[in-house]
Amino acid sequence: MEERWSTEHVLSLAPDATSQKAAGKLSSPAPWSGTGTDGAALWGECRGSGRTPYRTVIELATPAYQCSCPSRKFPCKHALGLLLLWSGSPEAVPSGEPADWAADWLKARQERAEKPAAAPVDPEAARRRAEKRGARVAAGAAELRLRLADRVRHGLADQSTAGPWEEVAARMVDAQAPGLATRVRELDALPQERLLEEYAMLHLLATAATRVDELPPELAATVRARVGYTLDNADVLAGPTVRDRWLVLGSRDTSDDRLTTRRVWLRGAKTGRPALLLAFGRPGQAPDLALPTGHLLEAELAYHPGARPLRAALGRRYGAPEPAPAGPPAGLTVAEAVAGYGTAVADDPWLDSWPTVLTGVVPVHTPDGWYLTDGHHTVPVRASAVPEAALWRLTAVSTGRPLTVFGEYGHQGFAPVTAWTAEHRPVGLTTP
Amino acid sequence: MTITQDPWDTLRTSALLGTDRRPLPATALPLADAVDPSDPATALLELAALAAVRRRAGALPVPAAEPPGPPAPEDPRPELPEAAARRLAVLLTGRSGGSGGGTLANLAELLPQWLATARARGLRPPAALVPGLLDAARARSELRPDTVALAGPLGRWLAERNPDWRFVLRTTAPEPAPPASSTEQPDDTADHRPWHEGLFAERVTHLTLLRRRDPAAGLELLRGTWSTERAEDRLLFLDALQDGLSPADEPFLEAALADRSKNVRATAAELLSTLPGSALAERMAERARAAVRLADGGTHLLVTPPAECDERMQRDGITPKSPTGRGERAWWFGEVVAAAPLALWRRSTGLTPEQLLGLRVGDSVDETSSSWTDDLREAWARAAVRQHDADWARALLGPAPAPPARGAGRARSPRVTGAPAKLLAVLPPEERAVWTAAFIEVHGLGEAFQLLGACATPWTPPLSTAVVAALARAAASGAYPWSHSGVLGMTERALAPETAAAVEELAAGAAPDSAWSETFARLAGTLRFRAAMLAELAG
Repeated sequence: MEERWSTEHVLSLAPDATSQKAAGKLSSPAPWSGTGTDGAALWGECRGSGRTPYRTVIELATPAYQCSCPSRKFPCKHALGLLLLWSGSPEAVPSGEPADWAADWLKARQERAEKPAAAPVDPEAARRRAEKRGARVAAGAAELRLRLADRVRHGLADQSTAGPWEEVAARMVDAQAPGLATRVRELDALPQERLLEEYAMLHLLATAATRVDELPPELAATVRARVGYTLDNADVLAGPTVRDRWLVLGSRDTSDDRLTTRRVWLRGAKTGRPALLLAFGRPGQAPDLALPTGHLLEAELAYHPGARPLRAALGRRYGAPEPAPAGPPAGLTVAEAVAGYGTAVADDPWLDSWPTVLTGVVPVHTPDGWYLTDGHHTVPVRASAVPEAALWRLTAVSTGRPLTVFGEYGHQGFAPVTAWTAEHRPVGLTTP
Repeated sequence: MTITQDPWDTLRTSALLGTDRRPLPATALPLADAVDPSDPATALLELAALAAVRRRAGALPVPAAEPPGPPAPEDPRPELPEAAARRLAVLLTGRSGGSGGGTLANLAELLPQWLATARARGLRPPAALVPGLLDAARARSELRPDTVALAGPLGRWLAERNPDWRFVLRTTAPEPAPPASSTEQPDDTADHRPWHEGLFAERVTHLTLLRRRDPAAGLELLRGTWSTERAEDRLLFLDALQDGLSPADEPFLEAALADRSKNVRATAAELLSTLPGSALAERMAERARAAVRLADGGTHLLVTPPAECDERMQRDGITPKSPTGRGERAWWFGEVVAAAPLALWRRSTGLTPEQLLGLRVGDSVDETSSSWTDDLREAWARAAVRQHDADWARALLGPAPAPPARGAGRARSPRVTGAPAKLLAVLPPEERAVWTAAFIEVHGLGEAFQLLGACATPWTPPLSTAVVAALARAAASGAYPWSHSGVLGMTERALAPETAAAVEELAAGAAPDSAWSETFARLAGTLRFRAAMLAELAG
């Protein structure tokens, strides 16, 4: 018997609040007919306002969706509604063999997935391209160093003569260093008291970028990643992988007008190593990666190289995620968490935060802001990274008593992501 | 400059002013020697990077200052079944915005029913959903009593911490707390600080709660500050006395008949008129007896309206001028009869309400005039509503209308004076449903909106069946569904879920893709949703 998904998990797949609402209305058996599941997929026909019902298929492992409706939302409300129906009323989605139309799609999908990506690469041309880019990035980084030094020469208090950083950011884009561009763009919005620190860290990165070939390979990889070199998941997966039973610690979506980014944090049950998976979606589309918090997934991960590896690519899975044994994950005291981040920063100086499970902390709201305390020490909550509603949800779940919280801890404080209730159930703090 | 200063501060000062104006400071940073000082600006950035990373890597935890406040009191209620908790999550995500068509009713419309049921079952929502619940109730005040009861001690604890949820602290649950829990809950009303220091709504809440617990103490508290309250406040505080009204309140209310504010006087008079045996009720009874008498032989009633509205009548809450521009004597007459205790009529005539209503009504001067019939019925109807007199309400509504005999043509509306929905509300729930079902069978849904609104939800199966049959007749007659949109909206919330199969049949029977087929399909979907929702709450 496959594990059904929770409502929260299904709703977290929705591209926006409107879809959640629309899906809620399709979560009763009434509009559905011909529903079924074989454990790996769901299918059903949904009666809409038109004459012909919409045909919806969901492949659960990925998950992937197909629906005959014209919606541009992805997944559409029918797919979400069918998932909600299955999640809430399993008897309404009986076990069986896929209907023909569903089987066709599932088969075609499988064939596509098995087709090898055949893209012959000219290694000489690739080398030339890489060399050219390396030179452009180094030149861009050198220019950034000069700009930063200029500002320090004239004084940070007097920024009237210098133009906005936006212009420098555009130069970094031209230099094919999008990572530098992003950090530079953020400088305009920083309060003055944080400017020197950010200038210094950016200076450090730009300096490292101009000398990246002299650095130890791991640190060089860290610098390249922060400067904006990207790696294909397929290339990463071609390297060494780590097989483990990965506990899903939590996930968070952020979006701007171009992209929705989903972060999913894992921790290996055997290795104890943290890992971060990233998935992206266009606006109006949920990222296609969805792993239920509190579940264990047996899979191979490949870490992106770096001095402090965290980001990983998800490789082969062995079965569907299953609920983790009862109890919140093991965690740290506040003092241990602070020390843990310090160790991580020693490897990667640009590391802003490190995934951290805190044990036995109480959230406290004061007029000066939020913090977590374990009775011995406190950490401030990084309020800018967490909506107020999430912190109130954390407070409610705690009922003022110590609990286990997963989040990111760094020099700006702790950003909670998941809390475990007194009954040991995980609660996503930022998911609806 | 000494080098014992925090290296970060000295670096920051130089950076703010600029290395053109300030020389590169000497710092006590380890590894500072490795920095090339030839360009001061670059050197400063490198020293700052050293200092920043050193600070981040070597940060020490902040010792806890004071212990966090007390935790929320334990909530002994069993937690919601998992399926019900999931449903609540879905209902809460649907709380904002309109319905926008779709195959189900607006989920927000089903939330009140969910809340009332969950509350009645004595269940506790998962803590993670309590903030969402409080947010929903903050936006919709009609949800507050049930939400506050459901959120329980955790809700109050959160409200003490989040000003957005302050309403929780001033919302009274409409039913008194069961005695079992009174030992766990401290008696909040023993401390009268909210009364003396609180906001207006908090004061009303305090008075209402105290009044429920100890009516005499509530009266005493109000009496203590009465003379210093503003007129608008006095009016609402007086309303709070409705709970636990007893003869002990009479002297206070009598005194309030001389209040400076007209509205306060009128409210005091209304309260006194519903207080059996009050002096005001007796005075009104005397006036009513003088105005209506049983003519010799008991065949008809003769009306002598008051000739004037004297000072004593005015003091008892009767305004001399009719607000509707009706004839003054008829207005005074109506006011007197509506405020007189209904028991007086049986006492003085020996007749039942039905018998009295069956009598001809004439004018004592011009006996052939029947112009008083409606005035008298109207006034009796108001009295029946005000005094919650089911016998009189039943008599005034008349028997449930019977279907017209075959071939007898269209039935006439029953002769109901006053507001039938209000009279209906005085009857026991079962009787209301029976009467309304009979009404709908004869008259359809066109005039049934308010009557249906007066019926207890969910509707009884017979009433539900009657409504479904009436909808089927409306569909068959070619009417448009939207001409019944008011009743349909109510139907989605109130129709018995057992009717779902019958409604689905209607949906299948209606012309495909027609407005009615969509309406029935949507209604059936909503009923199934509600049935599932209620079943989950049963555990």
